[in-house]
Amino acid sequence: MIRKTVFAGVALAVSMVQAQTPHPFDPIAEVLQHPRCLNCHTLTEYPTQSRKIVDPVSGAVSYERFRHAQRVIRGEDGFGAPTLKCGACHQDTNVADGKMPGAPHWHLAPLSMGWEGLNRRDLCLTLKDTSKNGGKSLEDLVTHVEKDALVLWGWEPGGDRDTPSPSHDSFMVDFIAWADAGGPCPEN
Amino acid sequence: MTKETVVFTVNDRVEQTVVSPEKPLLWVLRDELDLTGSKYGCGRALCGACTVHVDGQPTRACVTPVKAVEGKRVTTIEALSETELGARVQRAWKSLNVPQCGYCQSGQIMAVVALLRAIPKPTDQNIDEALSGNICRCGMYPRIRKAVHELAAGGFA
Ligand code: FES
Ligand code: FES
Repeated sequence: MIRKTVFAGVALAVSMVQAQTPHPFDPIAEVLQHPRCLNCHTLTEYPTQSRKIVDPVSGAVSYERFRHAQRVIRGEDGFGAPTLKCGACHQDTNVADGKMPGAPHWHLAPLSMGWEGLNRRDLCLTLKDTSKNGGKSLEDLVTHVEKDALVLWGWEPGGDRDTPSPSHDSFMVDFIAWADAGGPCPEN
Repeated sequence: MTKETVVFTVNDRVEQTVVSPEKPLLWVLRDELDLTGSKYGCGRALCGACTVHVDGQPTRACVTPVKAVEGKRVTTIEALSETELGARVQRAWKSLNVPQCGYCQSGQIMAVVALLRAIPKPTDQNIDEALSGNICRCGMYPRIRKAVHELAAGGFA
């Protein structure tokens, strides 16, 4: 009986440790759920912008996201209305002292890659789903997050915009480790 | 910042200008080429007053580094009346008293001409989507919309 209790205790301790061990997708989800990504990975017919809010008492950081101020739209291909393209304003680089963000091929991610409101599991499954992600294998995804100009902009957003907390280098280490592990997805 | 030679076409004329490549197109147009019809409102792509066409697409000249238009075709408000559609838009604006202070209107007109070329019979939604970045502090939106519909119906020929 005592033995059984001890085993049960050990099993409980192990499962608690497992529950506390970060899942390989956790650091990736932290980045993908940052407003720098979500503002263009929307489930809406328009992009959003965001404002950082720091709680004056606790110092906790949250973000208020709202519709893009110029009320621009997604358009058929994610590049805006026929005569009001994202590129009408967004240049290949940040301009106007960084106040005007820009990177090559500025546009919205396709609706199938809208990430708003997804839990970590659904975000992970969506990211890997080749029917949604433009046919990208895990290897292609690694290349995408390593080299795509819009992804890289997330860490060089200009002005007083903040960036995801892990650096791009550290994000790449985590992303490659996750992809090498076969792209496991968390339970929730 | 070092200067470079940038060559582009403005209103069908080839222009060669020696400037800082980062200089906004708006200031090259206004200060160096004396084309002052495109207005400065915000300098941050927020208002649309500086809208010109680059290869036919409305573009905010205040945030476009001049090097970005190298080899491209820029059209400003000064040349619009030389086209049939541009002249009709001009007549519509005059006849319907669209401008009040007028400051935003060269940008509005550039956006409208591009819209009517792309979508000859635009709906209200098409109009809103094409012009949402062109702000009019005088609130002339209803008149702009009316003018666009009348132009689309063949008016002001
Ligand atoms: S001056 Fe260019 S958009 Fe306002
Ligand atoms: S007419 Fe005055 S701002 Fe538009």
